[in-house]
Amino acid sequence: MSEVIQDTAVLDKLCPMHLLLSATGVIGHAGPTIQKLRPQSPLVGRRFFDTVAVKRPRGIHGMEDLRRATGVKLHLALRDAPRTELKGLLVPLGDGRTIVNLSFGISIFDGVQDYALTNADFAATDMAIEMLYLMEAKSAAMEASRRLNLRLQEARIAAEEQAFTDILTGLKNRRALNAVLERLITAGESFAVMHIDLDYFKAVNDSLGHAAGDHVLQTVARIMVQETRSSDMVVRLGGDEFTVVLPDVRNESMLKRIGQRIIDQLEEPIQFNGKACKVSASIGTVWIQRGDRQSREVVLANADAALYASKHAGRARHTFYSPALRRPANLDPPTSGEQGACGS
Amino acid sequence: MHGLINRSIQNYFCANYGRELWADVASRAGLDFTEFEVMLTYPDHITPAVLDAVCAVLDRSRAEVMEDVGTFLVAQPGYGAVRRLLRFGGVSFGDFLQSLDDLPDRTRLALSELRLPWIELREDPDGQYSLICAAPLVGYGYLMMGVLRAMADDYGALVLLEHCGRAAGIETLKIILVEVDFSEGRSFELGARA
Repeated sequence: MSEVIQDTAVLDKLCPMHLLLSATGVIGHAGPTIQKLRPQSPLVGRRFFDTVAVKRPRGIHGMEDLRRATGVKLHLALRDAPRTELKGLLVPLGDGRTIVNLSFGISIFDGVQDYALTNADFAATDMAIEMLYLMEAKSAAMEASRRLNLRLQEARIAAEEQAFTDILTGLKNRRALNAVLERLITAGESFAVMHIDLDYFKAVNDSLGHAAGDHVLQTVARIMVQETRSSDMVVRLGGDEFTVVLPDVRNESMLKRIGQRIIDQLEEPIQFNGKACKVSASIGTVWIQRGDRQSREVVLANADAALYASKHAGRARHTFYSPALRRPANLDPPTSGEQGACGS
Repeated sequence: MHGLINRSIQNYFCANYGRELWADVASRAGLDFTEFEVMLTYPDHITPAVLDAVCAVLDRSRAEVMEDVGTFLVAQPGYGAVRRLLRFGGVSFGDFLQSLDDLPDRTRLALSELRLPWIELREDPDGQYSLICAAPLVGYGYLMMGVLRAMADDYGALVLLEHCGRAAGIETLKIILVEVDFSEGRSFELGARA
């Protein structure tokens, strides 16, 4: 090996970041790239331990200790700024001298920036260039992906805002409800609005989890669509609140029948992963006669008042709106089942 | 084909001829959108349709357009990433030429869905080079010619490039390296941020 080292040009080519140390630890030769890390001060002639701190293995303070670390991966750092971290491998030559080959390891990206290195500063077999290429290419690809994700996210939010469909149940949403009510009111037609609130839904969610809750909501939605006419519109307002808009209503008994069918069907236990989820429903209905011309807000508030009365009357009730319900005295204290409730 | 390729054509067109005219290209190519997404993949038939539309709108040949796109990819200010990634291929232009065979593999390392056509550099008996390009997309050889012209300029090398025609899906370029160190070229620091 010694005779190879007579020609340092060989090592400069193969390991451009090597140091050749004398027996006493003085740098006798430095590869061209490691010298680039300290362009203002020649490394040759400096003491190795004045220049480089050996961080690991611990306890290496002199040449004696260093030589014992032969073949071990050394964790090093330059003593003065920039304190670049380096990896090292040491091989003693037969004549008392020592070669320490160095590399940037993971600090390669900072290294090439701090010292303005080029491809020519690395041996052709060194993976450093490939690593830098990959880091740069992957960063560019990640950035492009990140921008795409942001755009998709924005588009999704915009689409949801414009949508008329509730994603979970496939029912219409509040936006659709408002649009349809405006149309019916403007046309002065007769129609009914049925507010439906699930009973005991919170208990299902709390005891069996959100997946069970979602399953219940989807099943409930299907039942409501089944039990209403094809011309009716079923809406999920959010949470466990639903609304059915029923155009072309001739008489109250039809509304009662639909409400009862919905309550009956919802009271059948819904199976989820072998567990039975039990819910029911309270319903409040307002029937708008042809030419009533009430505002959308009033129609919805009246349906709310009827629903509130059903809830007060116990569960699984169906109440029709009457002006008396809007008088606070009638809501408190609760009176059970005497407000036109036709459920249970 | 990968969105990066389609988007590059779009970027080239918009930078030179404007967005308004690009809308013409998109509708002529039968697209139901105007913006290509870099990170999505599109059906293969879209790219030739877009190129045909570009050529029709500009009244230019496929060869001219492809070479311009290739030059744009490397030389357009603001799109420095391709140039930088290609410069990782070698210290000199000669080195860079020798790295071209690896280009599809290097590209796939960066973007696993982006499959570039196979290319091979051959050294000719006259000491010059030929670049054999598989060209599933007609004119891909011209695109590579644009890339090489811009990269030669980047390295400061003086080259003559000639497209030798297309046969059996293969397009061949003749590369005559006149002078390696013709001009200063642009510097390339490994650690510089694009």
